[in-house]
Amino acid sequence: MKKHTISSVLRYTLPHIKYFILAVISAVISVSLTLYIPVLVGNAIDCMIEKNNVNFANISLYILYIGVSIVLIAIFQWLMGYCTNAISSKTIRDIRSDVFRKFNNVPLSYIDHNPHGDLISRITNDIEAIGDGLTQVITQLFSGVITIIGTLIFMLLIDYRIALVVVVLTPLSILVAGIIGRMCAKSFREQQALQGEISSYIEEMVGNQKIVKAFSYEERCAEEFEEKNKRLFKVGLKAQFAGALANPCTRFVNNMVYAATGIVGAVLIVSTMGNGGLSIGQLSCFLAYANQYTKPFNEVTGVLTQIQTALASAGRVFKVLEAENEPSDENRNSVNTCKGKVEFKNVCFSYSKDTPLIQNFSLNVKPGQQVAIVGPTGCGKTTLINLLMGFYDVDKGEISVDGTNILDIKRNDLRKMFGMVLQDSWLISGTIMENLRFGNPYATDEEVIEAAKKAHAHSFIRKMPQGYNTLIAENGGNLSAGQKQLLCIARAMVVNPPMLILDEATSSIDTLTEIRVQKAFRKLMEGKTSFVVAHRLSTIKESDIILVMNKGNIVEQGTHEKLIEQKGFYYNLYNSQFANN
Amino acid sequence: MFKLRRFLKDYKLQLIIGPACKLFEAILELCVPLVMASIIDQGIQKNDMNHIIVMGVVLVLLGVVGLGSALVCQYMASYTSQGAGTKIRTALLAHINGLSHKELDSIGTPSLITRMTGDINAVQANIAMTMRLLLRAPFLIIGALIMACFIDLKLSVIFFCGSFLIAVVLYLVMTKSLPFYKEIQKLIDKVSLISRENLSGNRVIRAFSKQKSQQESLDNTGEELSKTTLRVSRLSALLNPATYVITYIAIILILWFGGGQVNNGALMSGDVIALTSYMTQILLAMIVLANLVVLLSKGIASAGRINQIFEINSSVTEKSQDKIAPVKTAPAVEFDNVSFTYGDGDNELSNISFSIEKNSVTGIIGTTGAGKTTLINLILRFYDATQGVVKFNGTDVKDYPFSQLRGDIGVVLQKSVLISGTVRSNMTWQKPDATDEEIWKALEIAQAKDFVNDLPRKLDAPVNQGGTNFSGGQRQRLCIARALVGSPATVILDDSFSALDFATEKALREQLLTLKNTTLIIVTQRCASIMNADKIIVLEDGETAGQGTHKELLKSCDTYREICLSQLKESEVEI
Repeated sequence: MKKHTISSVLRYTLPHIKYFILAVISAVISVSLTLYIPVLVGNAIDCMIEKNNVNFANISLYILYIGVSIVLIAIFQWLMGYCTNAISSKTIRDIRSDVFRKFNNVPLSYIDHNPHGDLISRITNDIEAIGDGLTQVITQLFSGVITIIGTLIFMLLIDYRIALVVVVLTPLSILVAGIIGRMCAKSFREQQALQGEISSYIEEMVGNQKIVKAFSYEERCAEEFEEKNKRLFKVGLKAQFAGALANPCTRFVNNMVYAATGIVGAVLIVSTMGNGGLSIGQLSCFLAYANQYTKPFNEVTGVLTQIQTALASAGRVFKVLEAENEPSDENRNSVNTCKGKVEFKNVCFSYSKDTPLIQNFSLNVKPGQQVAIVGPTGCGKTTLINLLMGFYDVDKGEISVDGTNILDIKRNDLRKMFGMVLQDSWLISGTIMENLRFGNPYATDEEVIEAAKKAHAHSFIRKMPQGYNTLIAENGGNLSAGQKQLLCIARAMVVNPPMLILDEATSSIDTLTEIRVQKAFRKLMEGKTSFVVAHRLSTIKESDIILVMNKGNIVEQGTHEKLIEQKGFYYNLYNSQFANN
Repeated sequence: MFKLRRFLKDYKLQLIIGPACKLFEAILELCVPLVMASIIDQGIQKNDMNHIIVMGVVLVLLGVVGLGSALVCQYMASYTSQGAGTKIRTALLAHINGLSHKELDSIGTPSLITRMTGDINAVQANIAMTMRLLLRAPFLIIGALIMACFIDLKLSVIFFCGSFLIAVVLYLVMTKSLPFYKEIQKLIDKVSLISRENLSGNRVIRAFSKQKSQQESLDNTGEELSKTTLRVSRLSALLNPATYVITYIAIILILWFGGGQVNNGALMSGDVIALTSYMTQILLAMIVLANLVVLLSKGIASAGRINQIFEINSSVTEKSQDKIAPVKTAPAVEFDNVSFTYGDGDNELSNISFSIEKNSVTGIIGTTGAGKTTLINLILRFYDATQGVVKFNGTDVKDYPFSQLRGDIGVVLQKSVLISGTVRSNMTWQKPDATDEEIWKALEIAQAKDFVNDLPRKLDAPVNQGGTNFSGGQRQRLCIARALVGSPATVILDDSFSALDFATEKALREQLLTLKNTTLIIVTQRCASIMNADKIIVLEDGETAGQGTHKELLKSCDTYREICLSQLKESEVEI
């Protein structure tokens, strides 16, 4: 799984390999030069022996070397930083684009069944985490490893004895970091879980203040919260302290390595009376290394946890990318005309195998007919619409438009035949004009205004501060439910499709507003085959066919008058809305 | 930040000991290069083995003592920050619970939630950070400078110039890149907006075949995001090399002039090594400090946001905690010339007067936005009337303790929300000690008995956050039952049948009417729900368009007749 995720991420970095190569080269150069500098400083110090015995000519030579090195280091450090950011930002840009494309290519059921907040957090937070992880891997992990190897080589070259001291002691720091890491992981997990619990408690209580107040729940809420809060304090204290241990402990190991290097070095120089091949300058160089050598170890262990998070994020992101697409419709036919004849033949469908929904459903709709679908909630009304629009495919049977099976028509062509207005009136954030042109970007201003007039939307649009150019907040925040619905109708009118689907389009607005909307609908439906899913029965009395559904089956069908005469399911449903006791 | 310091007052001891230990550790750390210089200059140069061993032991001791005092500080910091965070969290939730809806509306729920969670966590992290690092880093810098002065006053000039330049570079790079980070955050928000829209409107997008243009708009944002990131990285990637260059130029100068001083006999080579160590120490401390400043500025912003909430006082407050005895003959609810506005805008309700008799059934009807829910909000005192008096059982609602007023009224709100827990935990909101019998009775009236009985664990069946494991209709019925437990004398149903099919609604209404000694107030858009009520109040644009029975209103009130006709046939209206 992990390997798989890593290789998936690597696949996305491959096109940006040139930055990667550049970053690695820069890292090697800048790190080795950085390591070379203490040697030069040490050499310079060795030129200062005592009073009146300082070799200024050599010092200036070493200073020149140092100067050149730091210029090169600066250039390559910058290059490395830039290239690393280039790889990660370009990689996540590509991943993000593909994830978004996926959103529009998966079967609709995927989007219906996954919480949107979760998917959004994958395309934002998780992808950002991948980017951070990539940057960390290259800057810290690579340069860390290069530093460790480089330091080792330099130390061995200067004096293998002190090098041995450093090499033997350094694993201590890794050991300490490892122990602390394990301690942290456990208490951090506990803290995370509690924090999640507290967050959702806060979300519920703060988000539902009306209920809290209406039921005088404030005091009980305070008690419940206090209890959770106390638990968080205990766990949080442990987690935070454990986390805070890492820094002083590794610093301590560092200091010990530093002290050991100093002592062993000094003893070596003194005991060999300066003839052991080790100079004071070289000792200073070792001291600098001792400081430097443990640092990458600590960084690498630190980075490992961050990589874990990035990998977890990558796992979530690639899970989306690996979701199966809708079956390809490349081999299907393009259809551009439509008369409006629709036929359902023995259609069976269910969302999950255990609960059958629509069974052996058949229906014949002639061009221009209005079909109403009514029934209790959950009886499968919207499902019929989903099948008709090709959002879901039938399990058995066949749906055809003008005699052609809809599975033989390209999806976009099929959907273009229908104008759709849903209960949840969805608008994009943008101007009213942009919204109305959504389905037909080439519509002229006149055509749009004409459609808005027909939809009874023109008058309220004109009253808006900037008329048709008024900006709509995200999902129509500044509009009433009725206005939003009218805009959705106008949007469908601009396209002027041959068939119409109205799915509970007026259930969220009050009946007086509904009358206006209904007028707009009637204009829209003139001469078109239309499917109307309705909650309020008063709105569909004039339909040509009323389908009464219950538990996925058509229990009755006919005109309003006929169904009332039958005194069956529809009759009861219809009467229950006004029959008072 | 400073206004929140009252939450720290129980931690005075920790606040002193923690940083003091940290300072001690820093002093010890500053001694290390000096001890090392002494090993080199006294020990090696003079071949004094004893001196080397003694100083070596000193080095180890410095490390051990330093570790000990650092650990004490870490514990103090953890204890104080967690403790203060816990206190702030408790106090803030209590404060939010005490705010009226007027204030809650103006802040907004999402913003309150982030303040309760993210902002408090940030403040908590900041307290710890300040105790642990804020004093240490400047102290190390100042200490290193002082040490440099001690070793060689002339050479210390290099230190002062070097530190100053490093500080300038850090400041410049950070302030220049800050606007870019804001820009990046904005672009990420845009990605999230486009994705959210794309997901919530996926049916419409597919229906209109707009996948391509949606993809383009996301790709454009993604491209811009990548470009902005690269622009800022060109700048931020300067930070490391620039500070590095300054540090090593300073070291070059130290070597050159230090060499001169050694030649003059003023310094020894060990001193020069110590000086170079101090210079690197300054660089590291500066970088820590810079990162700290960024973190702290975020923390201060969080503290400001938390404090903002603390500074808001509730506009709706309890006058006293004394219970009020009901006036026997008075109507259950009475509005006397009440007007109300949410902000400075138009009146939401204007000059409303009516009375609701005890044990009667009253319907309140009107289109969306007519002010029905606002009216209910005034009875429950979620808001105070801008003008006029709202009375409950004969006394001004402002004179009641909240718990008595709201405890006497069972209310079903428009939005059916359940709280996570079990069915039982939800049913005991009105009456904490309700018996199973009482709960089942309420469920029966609310037409919820059957489906609760079908649940495997019945009353102990789990309820998800928001009640998402129940259907809309089931949720609504559970909310009705929740209000009925404990048989409150007044029951308000605010559009509470909307998710029910007509048959269930009818059965429910019949059951409600069997409740003895209960005042029933039904708010609705459906005239069928209230046609038989003792009194119907018709609202239109915040005003009473009519009051009376169904028959009276059909004759006298145009709005009411219009509403009825929009829902039913003429023959059905004239029952």
